Amino acid sequence: MIHFVLLISRQGKVRLTKWYSPYSQKERTKVIRELSGVILTRGPKLCNFVEWRGQKVVYKRYASLYFCMCIDQEDNELEVLEIIHHFVEILDRYFGSVCELDLIFNFHKAYYILDELLIAGELQESSKKTVARLIAAQDSLVETAKEEASSISNIIAQATK
Amino acid sequence: MADLIINPFSSGTRLRDMIRSIRACKTAAEERAVVRKECAAIRAAISENDHDYRHRNLAKLMFIHMLGYPTHFGQMECLKAIASAGFPEKRIGYLGLMLLLDERQEVLMLVTNSLKQDLNHSNQYIVGIALCALGNICSAEMARDLAPEVERLLQSRDPNIRKKAALCSVRIIKKVPDLAENFMSPAAVLLKEKHHGALISGVQLCTELCKVSEEALDYLRKKCTEGVVKVLKDVVNSPYQPEYDIAGITDPFLHIRLLRLLRVLGQGDADASDYMNDILAQVATKTETNKNAGNAILYECVETIMSIEDNSGLRVLAINILGRFLSNRDNNIRYVALNMLMRAIAVDAQAVQRHRATILECVKDTDASIRKRALELVYLLVNDSNVKSLTKELIDYLEVSDQDFKGDLSAKICSIVEKFSLEKIWYIDQMLKVLSEAGNFVKDDVWHALIVVISNASDLHGYTVRSLYRAFQTSGEQESLVRVTVWCIGEYGEMLVNNMGMLNKEEPITVTESDAVDVLETAMRRHTSDITTRAMTLIALLKLSSRFPSCSQRVNDIIVEHKGNFVLELQQRSIEFNKIIERHQNIRSTLLESMPVLDETTYNGRKAGSLATTVQASTGSSISLPNGDVKPTAVPLVDLLDLSSDDTPAPSSSGVDPLQDLLGVDLTSTPSVSGLEGSSKAPVDSLLDLLSIGTPSVQNDSSKLDILSASNRSTQSANSLDMLSSLSSSLATPVSAPASSAPMMDLLDGLSPIVPKTDTVTFTPPGLSETNGSVYPSITAFKSSSLKMEFSFSKQPGNPQTTLIHATFSNMSSNNYTNFIFQAAVPKFVQLHLDPASSNSLPANGKGSITQNFKVTNTQQGQKNLAMRVRIAYKVNNQDMLEQGQINNFPPGL
Repeated sequence: MIHFVLLISRQGKVRLTKWYSPYSQKERTKVIRELSGVILTRGPKLCNFVEWRGQKVVYKRYASLYFCMCIDQEDNELEVLEIIHHFVEILDRYFGSVCELDLIFNFHKAYYILDELLIAGELQESSKKTVARLIAAQDSLVETAKEEASSISNIIAQATK
Repeated sequence: MADLIINPFSSGTRLRDMIRSIRACKTAAEERAVVRKECAAIRAAISENDHDYRHRNLAKLMFIHMLGYPTHFGQMECLKAIASAGFPEKRIGYLGLMLLLDERQEVLMLVTNSLKQDLNHSNQYIVGIALCALGNICSAEMARDLAPEVERLLQSRDPNIRKKAALCSVRIIKKVPDLAENFMSPAAVLLKEKHHGALISGVQLCTELCKVSEEALDYLRKKCTEGVVKVLKDVVNSPYQPEYDIAGITDPFLHIRLLRLLRVLGQGDADASDYMNDILAQVATKTETNKNAGNAILYECVETIMSIEDNSGLRVLAINILGRFLSNRDNNIRYVALNMLMRAIAVDAQAVQRHRATILECVKDTDASIRKRALELVYLLVNDSNVKSLTKELIDYLEVSDQDFKGDLSAKICSIVEKFSLEKIWYIDQMLKVLSEAGNFVKDDVWHALIVVISNASDLHGYTVRSLYRAFQTSGEQESLVRVTVWCIGEYGEMLVNNMGMLNKEEPITVTESDAVDVLETAMRRHTSDITTRAMTLIALLKLSSRFPSCSQRVNDIIVEHKGNFVLELQQRSIEFNKIIERHQNIRSTLLESMPVLDETTYNGRKAGSLATTVQASTGSSISLPNGDVKPTAVPLVDLLDLSSDDTPAPSSSGVDPLQDLLGVDLTSTPSVSGLEGSSKAPVDSLLDLLSIGTPSVQNDSSKLDILSASNRSTQSANSLDMLSSLSSSLATPVSAPASSAPMMDLLDGLSPIVPKTDTVTFTPPGLSETNGSVYPSITAFKSSSLKMEFSFSKQPGNPQTTLIHATFSNMSSNNYTNFIFQAAVPKFVQLHLDPASSNSLPANGKGSITQNFKVTNTQQGQKNLAMRVRIAYKVNNQDMLEQGQINNFPPGL
């Protein structure tokens, strides 16, 4: 299973964290600090796996962002690389050529997408199209609710004028 | 940011603006200020119970949380958002719940009720986000409370709900394995799904069920093996499906998960394994390997082939795939190949050996992850036939390897060399190479072990000390090499100078006495030398002062320099050693005899952790005890064995200062004190005291000076140091201390044999009649429900005090014993020498025995009977066992 997902920028800033195993706040900070130290310093030609505390961290760099996932010793590292890529492609499709800034300003969207991809540290959907469809449906649900809310407040505003 | 409405009348900023202003901060202090301001605004909004901006405030809090600031005050807001009716609030509320809380927080329990309602909601998306939150953070209690809802949702009409419910169930049964049986049959149904997401999740649920419950495994194996194989066949042979296609393969994720489930089903079941052979062969041969996705499938397939019941054809196929992986240029593929080969070793070591050369190359890779894997693999590959070549390769590589890899590498090499030490010379050679290259990285027990081995290889002493001398010239910066060199020069310095014990292959070197002292002087002056190295050097210098009389003055000069050392230990030793050199020429040579051979079995036993760890404690004490303060303490050795000194004769209680440990002086028999005049008694005694020369075995009644009381008097009355300087002149009478060995026990961290020495000269009391040749009956010395020990006795002619005991151990229980170690302790009037035991494993039910010979010398024969305490340690099923007892039934007169 995937124990956590981390997105770290090249400067070591955290862009997204998702924890599927229990880690206290203190441990989380420590994990992030330790791992960014290890991963950001690795050369470009080295393999994408780092052994760490009896587990393995699979990471891949896309532009200025490092996508890291921590898995158990017996898990398939190569597949996790595919999962990372899968996630990136979905983000790319959603934001339209995604960049780090998209993930900073719309971080909650990135989380929503991740939640449609992984639950309990396991993969739930192998179709990019399905994920995109589900996210779009939920986004429009939010939109509708908003329009309703604003039209109601307009009505109230009109009425109280 | 459409979902965060801009309200021009709001006092707070928009999320986007907050992020922007945080990003604009140039210093951490600025950032903190912005965050503090935002947090204050959010707190105010929370206390006003502001509904309109709850949504936005939560989003801000999450961002602040990601930056690492505390956000606990927002936790309740999440719960409120979840409890509200609209989808947007719930969506952000659940996100906040997953982000800001973790499963160990009490607050989480408050959300159970909302979750339950949402799981029963009519809106599929609300059910979806509730399932997602439950799957990501549920605790054991929540799992129990909400399992029925999740179980019901496994049969929902919407496949997207089914898949989420299935993964949620994975978490639930991980938290509460008892619930597994409820999920068995719905999970089996999921395997028939057409929707890929639901199918993938169903497969994962089945895999997890098999892991947590034996019952589920049986059930699924019977019911689903065929089905899973068929699903895999379908997906392998499916035509192009753009929605699931990755690099020309339809849904590799599904492939991998199906293979993983097959692995669990096939493990330990020949029929199931047999059933999946064909499809595994097809996957292994037909999968496209030019993209990562294909390799990921192959990797999983190989692992499944290795794990299921034996099929030699498939295994050959699998190992060949790994061989191809190993020669791949992609580091990732090489890494997983090494990883997999480690597991393959257990299955087919021969096949893995074929790739040895390639694996060895991987040890030298630039990538630390690959190096580490490869090194562990090489370690597993070493056997008797290839140990020499592999060790050579590794040691050669040690020269050029990265600094941070040297520690790992040298540890592995040492471990290999120790495990496969073919002959002592090879062992010593390899270890010297390792120490010369990476002496700063090896652990203490490595060089301890080396010293023990050197000490035992008497024919190699000369060779070793000369090799060390050469190595020191080139690699004098390696701490542990320096220590071993220093120790060996101290012990075998004369062999260095006169080329004694030359081996054929060796080139003669010319080393003068002063060259040898040069080495020690260098070691002493190295600024990197730590206290252990310096202390060892001091002792070596002292020893050389007696072996090389011509250098005595120079040695003394070096020692004198350290009289003012800031380290108390070194200062104290320097002063003492200086006195020994200057004023006690007559006892010096005997004081500084070579160490006796260190007992390998004791050392190994101790290393294995079967001995009490008091060694550590005694090391510590030897460093800090002040001079001259001789307390009547028991000898540490005896302490170690937990021997009470009640029945020891008077002189022994004079105590042996830890200094003894350092000096390694342990005169076990008294000097021929009978020749001393009464006036010199006290001075001699205080000298003994200062040097902490224990005199535990006084046997000559006629010369039974009251050493104990004298010593007590002297220590009470005056500082021994003063005494020493004042008494030295009166010490004209030669004190011919009989030769005694000098175990440098504590300095070497407890390397010395635990038994007292036997090479001491023992005096036969004139009054005692000889009891040569008497026959003594055998006894059962020790018997417990699990172990019996029998002693038979014999005497050496001409040595009536010494008894040879032949001990036979037999195992009365039904378990085999391993790591069997026998230890004995005797009162101080007895000396004991243990020979190595015949074996260290003892078969069950008395079907074999261990024998061990030892020699006891009763210095008070005829007055006191032998007594002995024994301690027997062994392992049963890897558990440490310890038996102890006291033997009082020795035949009288021994």
